Amino acid sequence: MEGTTNIILCGTGGQGILLASEVLCAAAWNSGFDVKKSEVHGMAQRGGSVSSHVRFGGKVFSVLVEQGTAHMIIALEKMEGLRWAHFLSPGGRLVSADIRINPMTVNTGSATYPDIDALVSEGGIPCTEVPVLSIARDLGNFKVVNVALLGAASTLIEGIPLSSWERAIEERVPQKALAVNMEAFERGRAVPHISKGAPR
Amino acid sequence: MGRKLNLNEERSGTLFLSGNEAIARGAWECGVHFAAAYPGTPSTEILETIGEHYPEIKAQWAPNEKVALEVVAGASFAGARVLSAMKHVGLNVAADPLFTLSYIGATGGVVVVSADDPGMHSSQNEQDNRLMGRAAKLVVLEPSDSQEALDFTKEAFRISEEFDTPVLLRVTTRVCHSKSLVRVSERREIPVKGYVKDIAKRVPIPANARKMHSRVEARLSRLSDWGSESALNGIEIKDPSIGVITSGISYQYVKEVYPEASVLRLGMTNPLPWRLIGDFIARVSRVVVIEEGEPFLEESIRSRFLIDAQGKSLVPIEGELNPELVRAALRPESTIKSPYREADLPGRPPTLCPGCPHRGAFHTLAGMKFSSTGDIGCYTLGLMPPYNALETVVCMGAAVGVLAGIEKALEPGGMPKLVAAIGESTFIHSGITGLIDMVYNGNTGTVMIMDNSLTAMTGGQQNPATGRDLRGEPAPMLDLVEIVRACGVKRIRVVDPHDLKEMKKVLKEEYEAPELSVIITKRPCIMAYKPLRKTVAVHDPDKCVHCRACIRLGCPAISWDAEAGVPVISEMHCWPNCNLCVQVCPVGALGKDLEGVV
Repeated sequence: MEGTTNIILCGTGGQGILLASEVLCAAAWNSGFDVKKSEVHGMAQRGGSVSSHVRFGGKVFSVLVEQGTAHMIIALEKMEGLRWAHFLSPGGRLVSADIRINPMTVNTGSATYPDIDALVSEGGIPCTEVPVLSIARDLGNFKVVNVALLGAASTLIEGIPLSSWERAIEERVPQKALAVNMEAFERGRAVPHISKGAPR
Repeated sequence: MGRKLNLNEERSGTLFLSGNEAIARGAWECGVHFAAAYPGTPSTEILETIGEHYPEIKAQWAPNEKVALEVVAGASFAGARVLSAMKHVGLNVAADPLFTLSYIGATGGVVVVSADDPGMHSSQNEQDNRLMGRAAKLVVLEPSDSQEALDFTKEAFRISEEFDTPVLLRVTTRVCHSKSLVRVSERREIPVKGYVKDIAKRVPIPANARKMHSRVEARLSRLSDWGSESALNGIEIKDPSIGVITSGISYQYVKEVYPEASVLRLGMTNPLPWRLIGDFIARVSRVVVIEEGEPFLEESIRSRFLIDAQGKSLVPIEGELNPELVRAALRPESTIKSPYREADLPGRPPTLCPGCPHRGAFHTLAGMKFSSTGDIGCYTLGLMPPYNALETVVCMGAAVGVLAGIEKALEPGGMPKLVAAIGESTFIHSGITGLIDMVYNGNTGTVMIMDNSLTAMTGGQQNPATGRDLRGEPAPMLDLVEIVRACGVKRIRVVDPHDLKEMKKVLKEEYEAPELSVIITKRPCIMAYKPLRKTVAVHDPDKCVHCRACIRLGCPAISWDAEAGVPVISEMHCWPNCNLCVQVCPVGALGKDLEGVV
C-alpha cells in the first residue's frame, strides 16, 4: 500500500462520477503513475449510489481501496460522501459537494434524509464542503459540478502537477464544453480546505 | 450509448482500458472476423467497443445468446475467427449449442466470453461459470486485469485453433469494469479459411458424436500437460511457509495484501495444469486457495492431491472478494482499523429515470391495485415503492410463462390481479415462446409488452424492434403487432403509457376480456431520442392542495418540501416530454412551462 494513493469518488447515478474519475486517472497517468480504477455500470446507474475507486502509484495491484486506507473521498452528493467515510485513513479527508439529492425513500416519506453536517462533525471527519452549485450557477452550466469539485480536491492530491490536470481535462472533456470546465476547475482550486466545526 | 474509448490517447503503445475494452482490442489485434452477442451486464461493452472502434470486425446484436452462439459457430465453420460475449446467465441460454460445439471444435478460432457477476451488481444469481466450462469440457481462461484480458483473448484464439476447441474466457464484473494501463499492438490480418464440407466433424449423430467425445477427452488431457508449461499459469516462490493458489481478480487482492507470500497464479482453470500444481504444492509448507465464488480450485486440488488445502473455510462463497476479506483470510493480524465509524444511512436503490415510459404503466397498475409477473430489464424496478407492482422474476422471458402457470394452477375466479410485464427486447429474446405457449394451451391472461424501443438497462442498445443495428445503421424493424397476431393472439392494443386515462381504460378492458390479450405500451426510452422542446413542469403553490399525488409517481425530479408542504420540481432533472405529474394533479397546480426549442 505504501506509495499508492487511494481515492474514492462517489455520488448518485447521472452526476458525472465516471467522467470525474476518468479525468483523475488521466491526470495520474500524465504524471507517470501506474493507475487502476473501478466503475459501476448496469442497474445501479439508474439513480442509485455510484462509486469509483481510483488507485495510483508505482505499481498497483488491487483496484479496490481497502477500508481505512483512502486518502480522500470525493463526493458529489453529501450523504453518499458520508456513506464511504469509514474508508478514510487517519489524515484522510472528505471533499464533498454542497449537493443533496433525496433517495426515493425520502421523497415518498418512508425514510428521512439525515443531518449530514451534524453527523460529519460528530464523527470528527475532516471535511471540506465545496460550493459547486454556486460555481456552476455563476458559470451557467450545472454539468460542471464534477470538474469544479475535482478542482477543489486537486490541491490536496500529491504528485500530480497542474499541467497534468489541465491536459487530462483537455483530453477527456468534450471540446465544446472545454472552456467552461477549465474555468470550473480553476474556481474549484481556489476553495480552501477548512473543516466545518472540527478543528484540523 | 457506449463510453468512448480514447484511442487518440495512445501513449507509447499504451491505452487505459476496461477489461471489456481490452477483450475487444485483443480480438481486433488477433484478426477476429466476426462477433455476435446479446447485451448483458457486465459483458455489454465488449461488442459496443467492437462496434464503435473496430470496423474490420463484422459485429451484430443477436435476439438472444443462443442465436449469437449459433451464428458465430456457423462463421467458425466457414473458417472465420469468431467471438461471442454474454453475461453468466446468458451462457445458460447458449448452453445447448455450447455443449455440442465443444464436441465439434473450432475451424476458425471460437472464443466465448462469460462475464460473471459475483456480488450481483446487476444480476439475479451468482453462478460461477468455471463450473459450466468444466461441464462443457472447454478450456477456461481467467484474466485478472485489463492487460491479461487483452493477452488472454489472443492466447485463447491460438489455443482454440491449435487444440480444435472453443475457449471460455471467464471474466467477472471487477475485471470487466475496472480500467488499467494496457500495452497494445496493431491488428494482424488473417484470411478466412473458407467453408469445407466435413460431416464427420459437424454432424454429431451418435456414431460421430462417440468419436468426438473421445477426441474431447484426449484434448483435455493434452491441454492439462500443455498448461503446466504455459505462461498463462505461473509460480512465484517467496516465503515458502505459505503457498496461495489463486485465479482471476483474487490474484490482485493476494498480491496487494500479502506480497511476501508464494503464489501459484492460474490463468487457465480448466483443464487444470496438474503437474504445475503438484510442483507448487511440493515447494510450500501450507497451501491456501483464494478464489471468488465456488470452491472450484479448492475441491479439485484437495481431491487430486489429498491435501488439507484451506479455501472456503477462510473466504466466503457468497459475494465478491475484496482486499479486506483476503487480508482477514491470509493475515488477520494485519487488519487495518478505520478511524471513522460506518454511518447508518438510508439506502439509495436505483429508480426509474425522470421521463421513463415505464412509470406511466406501473403507476397505472398500482392505481388499479394490479401487479405483474415481471422480467429482466429496467422495468424490474416496478417492484419498488411507490408502485409495488411487480412480484415475480425468474429469468429472461419468464414473465409470460409464469403468468400462464399461475393461471393453470388456480380455479377460474381465483386468479390474483396479475398481468405479465416484459420489455420488447426481452420479449424477442425469449418471451415470444411463452406467448405461443399461452395461445396453444388456452390461457386467457394479459401480457403487457413494454416497448421503449431500446435495450435500456444495459445502457441503451439496439434490438430487432428498434430499426437500427449494432453500429446504429438502419435495419429492418420487427413489427411487434404483426408478430403477436401471427402467434394467434386476437386482442392486441397499442397504448402510450403516459396517456394515463387511456392506459387505465385499456388495462381494464383487456384484463376483463375473457380471452388472451396483449397490450403494447409504446413510448421511447429517454436515452433513445433527444427532445426538441425544453419544456419542464412548474408548480403553483397557491393552487396546491398538498395531496402528494405527484409524489406517488415516484419521479426522481419531484421531491417534497416538508416545511412548506408542497412538491419541489427539479428543473435539472425534469424530462421535457413526460407530462405525467401534470396529469395526476387534481387541481391543476402543476403545469408546463414552455421555453421554446433547445
